[in-house]
Amino acid sequence: MNQRPYLPWLPFYTLLQKEVRRFLRVGSQTLITPIITAALYLFVFGATLGERISVLPDFSYAQFVIPGLILMGVINNSFANCSSSLFMSRYLGNIVDLLVTPVSPRQLILAYTLAAMLRGLAVGGVTWLISLGFAQLPWVYPGAALAMAVIASFLFAQFGLIAALYASNFDALSMYSNFIILPLIYLGGVFYPISILPAPWNTLSHLNPLFYLIDGFRHAILGVGDLPLSTAFGVAALSAAALFAWAALLITRGGRLRT
Amino acid sequence: MTPALAITGLQKSYGRDAVVKNLCLEIQPGEIFGLLGPNGAGKSTTINMIAGVTRIDQGRIEVFGHDNQSDYVTARRLTGVMHQEIVIDNFFTIDQALRFHSGYYGVRDDKAWRQKLIERLGLGPHLHKVMIKLSGGLKRRFMIAKALIHRPPLLILDEPTAGVDVELRHTLWEFVREINADGTTILLTTHYLEEAEEMCGRLAIMHHGELIAMEPTAALLERMGGRDLVVQIDPPLSQLPAALQGRGAQLSAEGRQLTIALREKSNVAELLALLSSAGLTVTDLETRRAGLEEIFLQLTAGKPRGGA
Repeated sequence: MNQRPYLPWLPFYTLLQKEVRRFLRVGSQTLITPIITAALYLFVFGATLGERISVLPDFSYAQFVIPGLILMGVINNSFANCSSSLFMSRYLGNIVDLLVTPVSPRQLILAYTLAAMLRGLAVGGVTWLISLGFAQLPWVYPGAALAMAVIASFLFAQFGLIAALYASNFDALSMYSNFIILPLIYLGGVFYPISILPAPWNTLSHLNPLFYLIDGFRHAILGVGDLPLSTAFGVAALSAAALFAWAALLITRGGRLRT
Repeated sequence: MTPALAITGLQKSYGRDAVVKNLCLEIQPGEIFGLLGPNGAGKSTTINMIAGVTRIDQGRIEVFGHDNQSDYVTARRLTGVMHQEIVIDNFFTIDQALRFHSGYYGVRDDKAWRQKLIERLGLGPHLHKVMIKLSGGLKRRFMIAKALIHRPPLLILDEPTAGVDVELRHTLWEFVREINADGTTILLTTHYLEEAEEMCGRLAIMHHGELIAMEPTAALLERMGGRDLVVQIDPPLSQLPAALQGRGAQLSAEGRQLTIALREKSNVAELLALLSSAGLTVTDLETRRAGLEEIFLQLTAGKPRGGA
């Protein structure tokens, strides 16, 4: 049979396209639900409780909490996209559809990661649009804010890949989001500044990588934060690089994909 | 000529269980090659190693001269695989999945070829149904189309007719012959030995991870498939005549049928004379040759399981 010319970029592009269409196809679960959740948080903390709380001078509580809520949407959805898609493929066995093709480990990682980042950033973007009904943000360093959102989505896409490769069943997979991501988000300063915590909790919070992401993102938007922007970016970038290396090693070796 | 598939010293173990042991075989371009063996013989593991789903412990696999480890992109582009298990993505329709699969192989969608596969495999009326709504037979048809969507010169069919109806089997084999005539090399595993006998020019038989036979189908049948002379006699016998004892004769059908093993072609006339001299009237006769099923059972019966 006469084969058509090989286009080296096409396997990556096709897998990315398939992953994006997968989450759009179940948009009520992957996009609408997280956006409704974010809207409810905004209503509770922006329009009701928020008016009675003040944690930062010169800013309303809604202004304080919105950056954290945006990043929470980015993180949760980037993680969920990679972890559920890859785990389902492993669980249902259709991962072999990829393993028999020339899709390289690098292309596989990048396609899953980019699709997860798109979903995470889309949810984050819509959360920001909804938040406009509750408070205006100053966006002091918009480029830095966008960069931090991109790093956060990349980092949690890698974590999603790792979770999908290690999880042996659905319970194990849900443990990653319920027992790791959720506590890290709630203890990472989404709803309060770490600086108001008493010792030793203040110090311990510095061990939470989410703190650097959330504080850096908020700092870029409001112009104030617990940490210098450079520290937040440094830790975030290093964490992202470490998880990428881990995910790449697992997928390149293939031990958790190939028998 | 570069073989379509060359396997050298292939080995695979799961823990202490060696499932493929030092497998060596070559398939020439244009062949339909059958890989047979009982369950657990190592056929699917071998196919999964060729396809890249299972990692190789030792040995080398080349597809048209391209190592499937160091040059896996080319090797996989040249290979199409239909797996034994139904492998589908429930999120998408047949049409979408076929287009995606073409892209995974790095080739642009060939509309005319896709349309041909759809028509030949009867997928047309179901193109826009999501996979979860397809019957088992349709899923199998789709899997064949998926394996061929990038026009691979080597097609691997792992138990393609397991659990499918007669119509699909007929359609499938007709199509396999057609693409083979167009130049596609076929590696086939099946439990239906009559299909292997009919389809394959050469056969390899695996047992407990080892290759126990590999030769042209006709030669295997000739070498191992002894012939029997079956005669209907009248009047019926209560026991074998003394002249036939020690010749591997058996009496059946209430003494009306005699089956005698033929060792040489010239034996038939001699045996008929012997029956006549024994006072038997032969009312009908035929010769029967042992089929692949009998040969397969002969080869695999009583073989001890090798150590890991």
